[in-house]
Amino acid sequence: MGSAKQVDPAVAAEQFIIRDKVHEPMHDRFLWAVMQRRDREAAAIPEWEELREIASQIKEHTLTHLDRYLEEFEANATRRGAHVHWAVDAAGHNEAVHSILRDHGVTELIKSKSMLQEECGMTPYLEHRGVKVTESDLGERIQQLDHQPPSHIVFPAIHKTRQDVAQLFARTIGTDPNHDDPHFLTEEMRNNARPRFLAAGAGMTGGNFAIAETGTFVVCTNEGNADIGAAVPPLHIASIGIEKMIPRVEDMGVFLRLLARSAEGAPLTQYSSHFTGPRKGGELHIVLVDNGRSRRLGMLDFWHSLKCIRCGACMNTCPVYRRSGGLAYGATYSGPIGVILDPTFDEFKYSELPFHSSLCGSCSDVCPVKIDISDQILKWRRVMAQKGYLPFAKRVSFAVAGHVFGHPEEYHAVEKIAEPAVAHAPHFLLYNRSLNPWTRDRELPQLARQTFREWYLANRSTHAKPEHRS
Amino acid sequence: MQNPNTDRELILNAIRQNLPQQQVEHPAIPVFARPGRPLKPDFERNLQEAGGAAHDLKSPAEVQAKLEALHPGAKVVCSAVPEISGTRRAESVQDPHELADVDVGVVRAQFGVAESGAVWLTQEDLVVDGLAFLSQHLIVLLDPEQIVPDMHEAYRRVQLNETAYGCFMMGPSATADIEATLVHGAQGVRSLNVFFLPPV
Ligand code: SF4
Repeated sequence: MGSAKQVDPAVAAEQFIIRDKVHEPMHDRFLWAVMQRRDREAAAIPEWEELREIASQIKEHTLTHLDRYLEEFEANATRRGAHVHWAVDAAGHNEAVHSILRDHGVTELIKSKSMLQEECGMTPYLEHRGVKVTESDLGERIQQLDHQPPSHIVFPAIHKTRQDVAQLFARTIGTDPNHDDPHFLTEEMRNNARPRFLAAGAGMTGGNFAIAETGTFVVCTNEGNADIGAAVPPLHIASIGIEKMIPRVEDMGVFLRLLARSAEGAPLTQYSSHFTGPRKGGELHIVLVDNGRSRRLGMLDFWHSLKCIRCGACMNTCPVYRRSGGLAYGATYSGPIGVILDPTFDEFKYSELPFHSSLCGSCSDVCPVKIDISDQILKWRRVMAQKGYLPFAKRVSFAVAGHVFGHPEEYHAVEKIAEPAVAHAPHFLLYNRSLNPWTRDRELPQLARQTFREWYLANRSTHAKPEHRS
Repeated sequence: MQNPNTDRELILNAIRQNLPQQQVEHPAIPVFARPGRPLKPDFERNLQEAGGAAHDLKSPAEVQAKLEALHPGAKVVCSAVPEISGTRRAESVQDPHELADVDVGVVRAQFGVAESGAVWLTQEDLVVDGLAFLSQHLIVLLDPEQIVPDMHEAYRRVQLNETAYGCFMMGPSATADIEATLVHGAQGVRSLNVFFLPPV
């Protein structure tokens, strides 16, 4: 571990902000609007908080019995005619996929969005071996054509303007560079992608949930692109992280009521597709991937991050993410969830990420499965400080930290027992905003403060000795 | 005995070693109180919100007329329902690639969900899964009596053991990937109309 260079998100964020007066404010505004829609949808469901609690418990139950549920899922999926493969890491996943494609003589692949395939670096791996890979999700395709990773787990190209896309399409698929209407651009891509769907020898998807009881996996999209990939080519390969298990069909009601409302402020995504064994006339392969997840399960302070359903709400609500853009994190996962996931892949490389946060607590507040995100960010800071990975610059902003926590005396007490690292905040991201993130919900600073206080009270006796084990 | 060095055994063993001490029970999912209002207007409003539209129709003849009014230029109408003959029967399709030229697909959903405006369609309802995705436009027949209030009730109705493919479809294909601007017809169908009509 630690061969790669450290990522410096603050410098990258600065680049995003000073680039021009268009990109960063637009990014901020769009994601803020998504957040407001999410808040409206959540407020319209009286049992919203109860659903979050149940979802959290279902995930914790599943993760504390994960071996059993994986075996049950495998048995049921196999009984229904799917081929189930297991991969300990990214290399194993990519090899498994490539060997399935090779066995079927497939040279053209159409894929829908999968953060796991992104995490595994699958596309470059397959392309080096002569497989033509086309992203079918519009945002992912934009990013693929621009040779960039997705900047957001739900809206991959949200950091780009329509002019950026028009110029990219002009360069890559030959459209008029001055025609930047999103309807026109979407239509051009539809027409460009359709022959690829029809020519592809295989379709690949991810999986948002895997139901042990029936061996089903569920894929949620808005474009229907995953379904075309599954319904048209004869071969369907799905990559699924082992943490995606849920026990029973009835649990899905809870998760689908939460997912799209949290992600985009809609009751569902346009398509919630359930695959149980191969379709009529088709063949189905499922690759179950660990890639560090079983290890994460053993990290006392961090295993709850495995509950994540990848809704992106923590990113949309995060004042630091909204101003930085996702690419600033230099990792597969960005925003608050990225801050707590990425270091589990490489502590040194991502040692700066936990400091790219204001610790306002808003992420924990909106997370549909109640992950203690901001507490984990703080714990990661302590891990980094323990390991001697001190934050880069002297970006210590006592003023901001005091502003966040409200009570200077409490803050100073914390500062004494915790590492000085706790005091770091990317303050240049938090000043002079027209959308004041702290007033989004008047209860928010209160909640953040409580969470922080609880942590402080619980840890005071152990004198802030990290419980992290890996 | 399984070979302990396969990826499968390596993963399962690593999980068993790392399982958190704490054992969490599977929670019971309560029956939530629901608004006592009729479900159909909610369904219609949410469907519209999702970019679809619903129409009350009385007979297969009205369905045919409405189809023609909505899609006047349609050359290929592929039908999976007995009420509409179409220009092509879904049952006659051997390979999904044959659906590439379909203008309008016609199917019947088993039920709708009021809280979202989604309909539940399975492989058996579609005959060929691709019909719901390669068609330019989709018409979904739905019995107005078959609307459930929410996803909890919806999952009591789905039978995943009986179908290889099932989908909650909420309006047409959509994207907001360019400047968060909503566009319908990203990859799948450009429009989705629900026709309320009980089965024959
Ligand atoms: S951590 Fe929570 S809020 Fe963030 S993406 Fe995961 S589920 Fe959503």
